[in-house]
Amino acid sequence: MKYLDEYRDSRIARALAWEIASVATKPWVLMEICGGQTHTIMRYGLDELLPSTIELVHGPGCPVCVTPLETIDKAIALALRPDVTLVSYGDMLRVPGSNSDLLRAKAQGGDVRIAYSPVEALKIAHANPNRRVVFLAIGFETTAPANAMAAHQAKREGLTNFSMLVSHVLVPPAIRALLATRENRVQGFIAPGHVCTIMGYQQYEALVRDFAIPIVVGGFEPVDLLEAILMLVKQLERGDGCVENQYVRSVTYKGNFPAQQILKDVFEITDQKWRGIGSIPDSGLRFRPEYAAYDANEIFDLEVITADEPTECISAQVLQGLKKPTDCSAFAIRCTPENPLGAPMVSAEGACAAYYHYRRHAVAS
Amino acid sequence: MCLAIPGKVLQAEEQNGLRVGRVQFGGIIRSVRLDFVPEAVVGDYVMVHVGFAISQVDEAEADRTYEMLREMGALEGELPPNDEGMTQ
Repeated sequence: MKYLDEYRDSRIARALAWEIASVATKPWVLMEICGGQTHTIMRYGLDELLPSTIELVHGPGCPVCVTPLETIDKAIALALRPDVTLVSYGDMLRVPGSNSDLLRAKAQGGDVRIAYSPVEALKIAHANPNRRVVFLAIGFETTAPANAMAAHQAKREGLTNFSMLVSHVLVPPAIRALLATRENRVQGFIAPGHVCTIMGYQQYEALVRDFAIPIVVGGFEPVDLLEAILMLVKQLERGDGCVENQYVRSVTYKGNFPAQQILKDVFEITDQKWRGIGSIPDSGLRFRPEYAAYDANEIFDLEVITADEPTECISAQVLQGLKKPTDCSAFAIRCTPENPLGAPMVSAEGACAAYYHYRRHAVAS
Repeated sequence: MCLAIPGKVLQAEEQNGLRVGRVQFGGIIRSVRLDFVPEAVVGDYVMVHVGFAISQVDEAEADRTYEMLREMGALEGELPPNDEGMTQ
């Protein structure tokens, strides 16, 4: 496919890796924020292609992984209500809540449906006027405009049986929080290309200014990521710390204006809890008061008691790039995608799932 | 979850105030919302995420980047053999 295959060209990838090796004179620790990028790195073995001096640590950019336990518990409680149809992105179904998950709620008779797009959730609401349809709206800045559009459209169409359980997270405040921790080892960031497609890379200038650290917006194919790494290493070797854009075919300085506009119309910025990490100021989105009628938190009585995370799971450190999935004593033994202890083993973007799919045999041997 | 796939716009139209189109991904054609790419027209490439186009691919930039990278790859035959820390 055009704009896909050419960025998987192994000759170009090897040439980039060679150039990185020739430019790097010191060890550097880089973090890719987005879980989609983590999977590309593992799937194509980019970390093994790089010189041993370049260490890649994996960031918290997996929306499924950082959706708070309380939100999962609320979704499960909603799914078990006889009047509710709960619609979710597929990745959420196996994510462990305190005592159950959405797949088990479905097995217990809950009406849980998978949608690829929030537009499908709207269609389900239109087709089932006697059901109260709740869409579990998770995601980063990439997904939030689509979810906002669903709420906006529901309001415009006067749909009264549709609401959303919202758990949106924002990338720049998370990078700020990571950089502010004492344990931080990251010296350069690959910013997520599709988040920046929406928001532009202007948002990252304040981080570069405050922390003097290089940030390169990167795409999702092997060649994209290697080029982004090369740009970071060149900056680090020169002692620079600025924002650069590798993913020029999709990302502009200011981002996508219509998408930003719908976000502003429907949501406002709020403090947000990140599973495994804790609350980060101004790192989430909630409905504006005008949309209260579409806020599942407002229209349902949702008191749930949330238990503690399993003690063996180290996903908190994995999500902050402090540990690798293979550092976990439960990895691939007591924690697998079929029986996950933590969310990063579930999601197609979770770092633990990436290591499980592409590296567990290497670990075993 | 933040993945987006490039596809070619085959059709674009307004439907009740919404901008809807048909987009081709390799051999597959899907209905895609074009509300966020008001300038995209038939023949353009867009990046699609959860059923919404989130950007119009900048073809000139994409071609320029690719050419630069391709030239880099073309030099690979002249690279030294497997260096320290590198794998095949």
